Amino acid sequence: MLRRALIIVAALGLMVGGASLALAAKGKHPHEMEWSWEGPFGTFERADVQRGFAVYKQVCSSCHGLRHLSYRNLGERGGPFVAYESHGEVTLGNHGGHGRMVDPNDNPFVAAIADDSEITIIDPDTGVETTRPGRPSDHFRYPYANEAQGRAANNGAYPPDLSVIESARHYGADYVYALLTGYTGEQKDGKWVNPYMGGGLIAMPPPITDQLAAGFTYDDGTVATREQMAHDVVSFLAWANDPKMELRKQMGLAVMVFLSVLSLLLYASYKQVWRGIKH
Amino acid sequence: MSGPSTYVPASGFTKWLDSRLPIIRLAHDSFVAYPTPRNLNYFWTFGAILTFCLITQIVTGVVLAMHYVPHVDHAFASVQRIERDVPFGWLIQNIHSVGASMFFLAVYIHMFRGLYYGSYKAPREVLWILGCVIYLLMVGTAFLGYTLPWGQMSFWGATVITGLIGAVPVVGDGIKTWLMGGGAIDNQTLNRFFSLHYLLPFVIFGVVILHVWALHVTGQNNPTGVEAKSEEDTVPFTPYATVKDVFALSVFLILFAVFVFYMPNALGHADNFIPANPLVTPPEIVPEWYLLPFYAILRAIDFNIGPIDSKLGGVLAMFSAIAVLFVLPWLDTSKVRSMRYRPIARIFFVIFVGVCFTLGWAGGQLPSKAVFQAGDHRATITYVSGGQLNATPVTAADGPGLQTVIMEQSAVLSQDGSIVHAERDSATAARLLTVTGGTTQTVEVAAHEETDLDALINEKRAELFAGGAQLTSTSRHLSYRFTVTNLSQCLTAFYFAFFLIILPLLGLRETPSRVPETVAKSIGKGHSAGPKE
Repeated sequence: MLRRALIIVAALGLMVGGASLALAAKGKHPHEMEWSWEGPFGTFERADVQRGFAVYKQVCSSCHGLRHLSYRNLGERGGPFVAYESHGEVTLGNHGGHGRMVDPNDNPFVAAIADDSEITIIDPDTGVETTRPGRPSDHFRYPYANEAQGRAANNGAYPPDLSVIESARHYGADYVYALLTGYTGEQKDGKWVNPYMGGGLIAMPPPITDQLAAGFTYDDGTVATREQMAHDVVSFLAWANDPKMELRKQMGLAVMVFLSVLSLLLYASYKQVWRGIKH
Repeated sequence: MSGPSTYVPASGFTKWLDSRLPIIRLAHDSFVAYPTPRNLNYFWTFGAILTFCLITQIVTGVVLAMHYVPHVDHAFASVQRIERDVPFGWLIQNIHSVGASMFFLAVYIHMFRGLYYGSYKAPREVLWILGCVIYLLMVGTAFLGYTLPWGQMSFWGATVITGLIGAVPVVGDGIKTWLMGGGAIDNQTLNRFFSLHYLLPFVIFGVVILHVWALHVTGQNNPTGVEAKSEEDTVPFTPYATVKDVFALSVFLILFAVFVFYMPNALGHADNFIPANPLVTPPEIVPEWYLLPFYAILRAIDFNIGPIDSKLGGVLAMFSAIAVLFVLPWLDTSKVRSMRYRPIARIFFVIFVGVCFTLGWAGGQLPSKAVFQAGDHRATITYVSGGQLNATPVTAADGPGLQTVIMEQSAVLSQDGSIVHAERDSATAARLLTVTGGTTQTVEVAAHEETDLDALINEKRAELFAGGAQLTSTSRHLSYRFTVTNLSQCLTAFYFAFFLIILPLLGLRETPSRVPETVAKSIGKGHSAGPKE
């Protein structure tokens, strides 16, 4: 009977899977890539996400915002710039494994990143719009004051916010990577040909070109190529999309172990209670 | 069924309380001493699982409501804030959204179980109807909840569903405006949907109490469908049913946790991560998986039936699909409760389950998609090369008049089989082109998709003109296509036939296999063997 129940559950699961597969987007099917964060034990590659942040900051951020993120998120557990303190020394990442995590608001790496950006504020004394350097508690600087300004600056196309872009597109990271590297170089009706975009045309000019990559320098010495930059920024956006992923999977493992043991114990209890009872 | 209470208060306090508010007695009689048929299988554990689901949704929902902002400008961002900044908000939000799917998974298994073992038959009609009410309330609550994140699918789902209500004659538009709180889906809609989404679960909770009450009056059905009569047939609820329910719940939680921790968004739609935009319609608007079968039934009615247009027809079909469940106890005429002893009904039941699954699949597809196509679409292009091109001018007073004149004149000119092509110069003047002399030839093109065929035709014609053709005429022969809509129509027909024709007639005609006299006698004789017993 249990077996039959499981078969039915599995069949319902198949139905769910089939239904979601059927809802695929219309553009060209992106090539399936391997990403470090896939699978039940997958984690973000810290160095990739850090480099991806550099690409986002220097290439994407002038047009695309990250509305739902604050600078402090970069220094939170699982974030690319999480810092640890050990013997009075603050380092990126936890080398040696016994450092104390630095509060993201006091994280010097995050503070430096925030400080680098100009935040628009209203001066409380004069009521006039002015700017100040960012703080870790600030939201990421948004490139436009409003949607109209965003459209006006981009020939009428509004660059989407990238906070959840990999959840908001079928095929997620594979799609974003394919789109970034999929430009054919041709133009049509004032737009760019890109087969991965639904409809085949995209308003965004190729954001990462070989020429751009040739002039791009990574802090860690990695050679910047078009593919490398696309890979890195997709990694950063994957983290930005789901910053709790590592925590979620870690807790998931503990929960699975707990529930499995609990189920075995309950099954044993069930057998014990029903022993000798005809049913 | 329950018989006289066996509760004996042990302490002074419980004696005192028992004579004033016998609440411990109620709990004891309902969940401890309550006699349970001893032959229940694992399908009977879903009642407990569903209770767990309801409580989980209410508890997580109450916490989410502390952080959620029901405003069109802030709702989407507030859900992101819950995911990112609220301590364990990601966990609570995932449990709530995955929990909705798990709730429906469990309720469908629970309903199919009731259907198979005849749990709706006398004396359990009211129990079954209360269950149908709960299901209907669940559908409403889930729909309302899905609008709250205010993504694209939230907004457009709400647009489609309120639009359906507008299809009801006379009162439809009024109800639609009342539901939306205005002429369009906007902030006031979100506010009232949030309010109702918070209210309905407690209404469900109330009906669940009635459902459990009715259950304890009639007693549980069991796989044999034979009423449990004696103590030989039953065991006390605690510990026997309790431990089995808790074990089954634990296994169910493993599936639940797989979704919550490893694929929290697998059951959702990517478009709901795009903030709602009333100006951009998504390429496809689909409900969540658990409503897809009803969505397929809605879309299956794409034809008018007398005075009922296709839209209203679809709405009626969809609501009838649920309404028919309410009268099921009086549609099934069989005296045998469990399909375990109804060999023919069993076959139809299996088909019915398959039909429900396939309807779910169809609900997620584009309606025009071909499930089966007889062959390639073909087109014959007739063209004339060489000869003399003639133009016959025609005029008329207005556009429609011109169309009539063109039709008439073309018919005259093409009497000898020659090709006529109308070239419009303005709204009231055109030239009819014909060729005298020259040679007429044909060429064929074929493609599997209609859009490909059109592209091929254009390509071929350009090629022919470049090669000196004067005029072309194309006739398309579309191959027979059995579309998703056609499939949904067949499946919908079976869905209703199952309840309205098969069950009523079969109950009168079918010869059941031998039903055991008591529950106890069915035990120990290979009780899963089915009709051979």
